[in-house]
Amino acid sequence: MPQQIKKLLIVFTIIFGIFFIIKYALKPKSFGEFGHYRGLAIIENENKQVKYVGTEACNDCHDDIVSYKKEGPHVNLQCEVCHGPGYLHIQDPETNKLIIPSKREKCGICHQKNAARSENNITQVNLKEHNVENKCIDCHKAHNPYEFKD
Amino acid sequence: MNLKTEKSSRRQFLNTVALLTGGLLVSSVTKPFNGLLAASNKPEGNEPWYGIGIDIEKCIGCARCANACKEENDVPREPFYFRSWVEQYTIKNNGEIIVESPNGGIDGFSQSVPDEDIFKSFFVPKMCNHCSKSPCVQVCPVGATFESKEGVVLVDSNYCIGCGYCVQACPYGCRYIHPEKKTADKCSLCYHRISKGIAPACMEICPNDARIFGNLRDKEGELVKFLKEHTCHVLKPEMNTGSKLFYNALNQEVK
Amino acid sequence: MDPRYESLYEALKNVHGYIYPNEISLTWSILIVEYPYITGLVAGAFILASLNRVFKIKALEPTYIISLLTAFAFLLVATMPLISHLGKPLRFWEIMITPHSTSAMAIFGFVYLWYLMIVLLLEIWFDYRYDFVIWSREKKGVMKYVYKILTLGAMGTSEKDLKWDKKIGYFITVVGIPSAFLLHGYVGFIFGSVKANPWWSSVMMPVIFLFSAMVSGIALVLFVYMGINFIRKKVQNMPTLDSIGKYLFYILIIDFTLESLDQIHRIYEANESFEILSMLVSGKLFFTLGIMQITVGTLIPLLILGFFQFFKPADKIRRIAYFLISIFVLTGVFFMRWNVVIGGQLFSKSLHGFTTYNLGFGGQEGFLMALFWMIIPFGILAFLLWLLPPWKKAVH
Ligand code: SF4
Ligand code: SF4
Ligand code: SF4
Repeated sequence: MPQQIKKLLIVFTIIFGIFFIIKYALKPKSFGEFGHYRGLAIIENENKQVKYVGTEACNDCHDDIVSYKKEGPHVNLQCEVCHGPGYLHIQDPETNKLIIPSKREKCGICHQKNAARSENNITQVNLKEHNVENKCIDCHKAHNPYEFKD
Repeated sequence: MNLKTEKSSRRQFLNTVALLTGGLLVSSVTKPFNGLLAASNKPEGNEPWYGIGIDIEKCIGCARCANACKEENDVPREPFYFRSWVEQYTIKNNGEIIVESPNGGIDGFSQSVPDEDIFKSFFVPKMCNHCSKSPCVQVCPVGATFESKEGVVLVDSNYCIGCGYCVQACPYGCRYIHPEKKTADKCSLCYHRISKGIAPACMEICPNDARIFGNLRDKEGELVKFLKEHTCHVLKPEMNTGSKLFYNALNQEVK
Repeated sequence: MDPRYESLYEALKNVHGYIYPNEISLTWSILIVEYPYITGLVAGAFILASLNRVFKIKALEPTYIISLLTAFAFLLVATMPLISHLGKPLRFWEIMITPHSTSAMAIFGFVYLWYLMIVLLLEIWFDYRYDFVIWSREKKGVMKYVYKILTLGAMGTSEKDLKWDKKIGYFITVVGIPSAFLLHGYVGFIFGSVKANPWWSSVMMPVIFLFSAMVSGIALVLFVYMGINFIRKKVQNMPTLDSIGKYLFYILIIDFTLESLDQIHRIYEANESFEILSMLVSGKLFFTLGIMQITVGTLIPLLILGFFQFFKPADKIRRIAYFLISIFVLTGVFFMRWNVVIGGQLFSKSLHGFTTYNLGFGGQEGFLMALFWMIIPFGILAFLLWLLPPWKKAVH
């Protein structure tokens, strides 16, 4: 074997050796456990914070409102649709207040008249024409909108 | 060389050779095409195999799903990053198609076309299709995007290098590079919720039950029932992504 | 407003039609334009050197070593734009440690290493080994040891040793040509295999990338060769320039034909994405594709080079023309990469609209960064020319 090849073989063996040592050292422990990925990533994904806690959690304290809401068309609506995620609020209700939306546009997000919305699915009003001066909740009770305030 | 002691690297090497010789091409061609119902084409196993159904006829375009998704999953509030968004399609009488999704629909939709010009209009909520032959998983160089055994396509944000190849490879625009984390982000089917037995945030919040998720292996389950009772389609079937997001009443204009 | 998002809000205003909301921020910026560009320069310069060695073209001989060193200097930098573009650059090693075998990008790491370590480094080493030995004897001080280390201990200078150098060097060249094809064809595959993107997804992509790579590599060698002669105040060797020009001409014709074929195919097939792509080409890409890539980068050089095949104006005119052509072609190929990478992201995968790309000045993905990675290889080349001066090589 010519000396060049001999020397090169030595150098390349060293390089490959180092590469495989590095590869071994750096490869995350759980890699390849279930497939070509870090097995730990599954657990990390599982462990993220749940933020929308669901109406049952609201019912623990606000059962009066929840049952009142059940009497009207908003029966299937989750509280957090309008009030936002409640995970902090249920831990410490005093410091973490939820949103109480009052603007017309907020109601319009669902109820603004739009040709893309089917009349069968949702009651619609034209916000540009219907009682423009006032807020929706000045007349309608938000939790049971066909009942009116005095 | 140390190939003998390093089994996995030898496998990798063989894989590499296979790829270079076009083995990949062959294997992806020989899989049977099943565009209509990938639902009936799932790997063996007993774990749940999740899929999603969206009923366009029920969607009222409130985009509370998109909003809830941002809140639940720390998606930046800027209008450039979405795991879930809603599109409003309007087909005019003259055949022109207008698609709109201002801020993903989160601030509400307005109809820009006067009623008398409208032939048809509807909303299409979008989210990751959790493809079973997912191009994003295929291209990720480091295995930071992967499919869990339940068929959920997840991102490992502690391992992602942020190369963005998966963003390019997703035919549906469902991925983005998170501006703070600098890694890829996408719908996780709220894995942190479904693994605890709670519905994903967008599904829980939907006021009209237009979205359902469920186990495709469960023949009695809600999702399979939905698929049986409705004519469902997937987006871009020609891409052969094995999408597991099934739409009822999907118009072919929707891309 | 958060300044980070300013340019995105600006882009939001300039959206035409509908695009998926996540598409407003372009994921791949100018740095990804540079990455196939630089890789292409490497492959092209190397192929020119190999042609020279395998086919023993006398006129090209003065460019042989220069092409190799140029290829080497650019190859060292080739992955840097890619790495510096990553969201997490410090995690780049994961590509080597846990490569995903179905990912074109992961396999590229190995193609790259193969080419760098096995082909280019070895070829240069065998070319220089004898000189290393000589220089390590002649030089004093630190340099003596530097050259000594570079020999890797293979100090033999006998007839037989030299013959082995030649023989193995030749073998590596022969292996190297397909490797260079592989290297750049592979870069084309990274784009051509993205089925989601109709502008990229084409079987022609690797071939087109390959030939445009050769075009750009030859132009680069022309440019560097003339530059070196100019700096060293040496006369330009006209037969050399002419024959580089001749090869540039031939390859440019093939390249242009292939690219036209691809476009004609798209136009004739006119499938679902045709409308949006034709709007892209005639609108957002008109300047970079129509003017820069086709007119400046291809047609003008083709005309001038074609003219030179039949008529030979005075040396001085040809010299200037060759120099300009090299710059034109280099620019043209850069814009070809631009049109692929940026162009492919300007239209929506919903096929319903367009977005825009704003090239920032500073920052991780700005103009300065891109310029930096374009200048560095020239610095490396200068260093290599100093360390391994081809003009001081022993004749053997
Ligand atoms: S929809 Fe896109 S992000 Fe989701 S699995 Fe399919 S390719 Fe991946
Ligand atoms: S951005 Fe992250 S998840 Fe996507 S391909 Fe790159 S490494 Fe994989
Ligand atoms: S399942 Fe979860 S992550 Fe996916 S779109 Fe719905 S809320 Fe977002």
